[in-house]
Amino acid sequence: MNTVPEKLLHIENLVLHFKTAGGSVQAVDGVDFDLDSNRAVVILGESGCGKTSLSKALLRLLPRNVDKYSGKVFLQGTDVMTLDNEEYRQNVRWVGMSLVPQAAMNSLNPVLKVGDQVAEPAMVHLGLSKAEAYVLVYKMFQHVGVPADFVERYPFELSGGMRQRVALAMALVTSPSLIVLDEPTSALDLLTQANIMNVLKRIKHELGTSFILITHDIATSSELADEVAIMYAGQIVETGDARDFFPAPLHPYSQMLMASVPRLRTDSDPMFITGQPPSLMNPPKGCRFASRCPYRFEKCSEEPPVFQKGNRKVKCWLHE
Amino acid sequence: MNTDVITELRKVNKMTVNFEEPKETLLSIRDLHVWYELRRFGFGHAGYVKAVDGVSFDLAEGETVAIVGESGCGKSSLMKTILGLNIPTSGEVIFDGVNLAALKGNLLRAYRFEVGYVQQDPYGALPPFMTIQQILEEPLIISGVKDKGERLDRIRKAMDEVKMYPADDFLQKFPHMLSGGQQQRIVIARAMILGPKMIVADEPVSMLDASVRVEILKLMKALQEQHRLSVIYITHDLSTVKYFSSRIFVMYAGNLIEKADTRRLLDNPLHPYTMALLAATSDPDARNADSYKEVPPGEPPSLVNPPKGCRFHPRCARAIAGLCDEKEPVDFEPEPEHFVACWLYQPQ
Repeated sequence: MNTVPEKLLHIENLVLHFKTAGGSVQAVDGVDFDLDSNRAVVILGESGCGKTSLSKALLRLLPRNVDKYSGKVFLQGTDVMTLDNEEYRQNVRWVGMSLVPQAAMNSLNPVLKVGDQVAEPAMVHLGLSKAEAYVLVYKMFQHVGVPADFVERYPFELSGGMRQRVALAMALVTSPSLIVLDEPTSALDLLTQANIMNVLKRIKHELGTSFILITHDIATSSELADEVAIMYAGQIVETGDARDFFPAPLHPYSQMLMASVPRLRTDSDPMFITGQPPSLMNPPKGCRFASRCPYRFEKCSEEPPVFQKGNRKVKCWLHE
Repeated sequence: MNTDVITELRKVNKMTVNFEEPKETLLSIRDLHVWYELRRFGFGHAGYVKAVDGVSFDLAEGETVAIVGESGCGKSSLMKTILGLNIPTSGEVIFDGVNLAALKGNLLRAYRFEVGYVQQDPYGALPPFMTIQQILEEPLIISGVKDKGERLDRIRKAMDEVKMYPADDFLQKFPHMLSGGQQQRIVIARAMILGPKMIVADEPVSMLDASVRVEILKLMKALQEQHRLSVIYITHDLSTVKYFSSRIFVMYAGNLIEKADTRRLLDNPLHPYTMALLAATSDPDARNADSYKEVPPGEPPSLVNPPKGCRFHPRCARAIAGLCDEKEPVDFEPEPEHFVACWLYQPQ
């Protein structure tokens, strides 16, 4: 069972399909990647590429219409996919990895004090008393930069940035080794975004937590990224170290995505990618990006395997 | 390899940014104040929310300006007042020589035909139960285009302009059947269909994906140049501004604190708040992860009770005690056509 014990997280062929009236939607279709401890991986992709479904698949927060859910997810050497739901709830979710969902700041309970809300996971999952849990709450508030007296406040009394920090404190309070962040800064103002990214960096240094950051905001994601994974139409098409990736992406989709980012400090002319991502109901055979790719050739009608290039991986025939 | 892609993409992405010399003033805002009254228990005066507090600027025909600011700085109130949806508390909005306050009934309606509005969230802006044809037809019906054939012709032309072709494939569809980018094109087509002189675009691309964002910005730029439209582009994203506007106004707590040519403002920001905004904007670069960003402490002030003096002084590292916390700064012009409301630039 312990194939890759030294990795914090090791995912093999993770699949999550949804049943719909029109057929099966292949939202996550064979995702592999690794993550070491105290590292942050950024999963970048356009809306509808399956990023959020990937976070749901990792945390097993599944809707009812699941068609297929399979693969291997090793967290600290244990294949959590083999656990039943109750074991998973007790031993993995919150304790092993926790999630800051999309628009987390708006999902706080409006009628509970934020201190109680942050304490709850610690009481439920670590079996602490309320007083013990509050010790952790104060500690976490300090880490995320929320004044201690805010525990007595209700969510409506806090600004968006403060609520986002509270949501982060909630994910941290059980001291998981991995936190999945789904678009943590997308609804926030520029300066607040910068503040939240600073908080995440500090937590990474101080607590040694690993992050999976799911976002479409490429520029902001570079603030935290150690590694980058590019997702397209349910699959990861490129992974690599951020230092290698940002200057020179390998996959044509990654290159075009990077070229579409408006930049403040250089005078590059941003480009857009013509066409639209394929439907996940009926994805094309072969490379899923082929129809939009300026480099496509005969081989692209077959699905490309993942090629290793140095310590980077790319799913494209050009790199055979 | 990377450069290959870029040359390849240049072929499909033709865009030149050339700003023509602006001509006559189209829109003139004079010392505009928009205050909302706060009431206690539904009656009893409890103060004002001073959303726009003394804003003045001119917009020339065919000129594009960006208003940059964080949420709650009053940019939406300013925009709504320009659109004639809010009544100014004091000050004037003069469009094409006519004071907006003097317009009533049909004249106000005629003014609205001259000004197009592109909303932020395309899905929220399009009624879900109307087809694209109905959505685009409505402004034409209201503006008095009686002939059905003519209406359809104009709809087709507007769809062509926003590159939704063949138009007939889309006319009978409902908004939810379109992608986000296509929905935003319909919103733009709706704003353009009456041939306005000015467009007000409220964060038109903030809800879109990176690759689509550029496409929509380029489309709007092309339409602006083709029709010599004046555009007010409201955004919080400084990185998209330079591809679109010739001037930038930075707004903070109800005031315009810095006004300058785009290039000049981005190369040489003067106001400490503008500097902070620029510093907080990331470019994709792995080295970003090595350092913390410098962010001014605190949050934007309440507009009910803004700080005395300069509204940014409680967060400003360079505030001058006894001056910035006492007297509201006026616009200084430390270099030609670059205005900044900050005491640091007071001429000696």
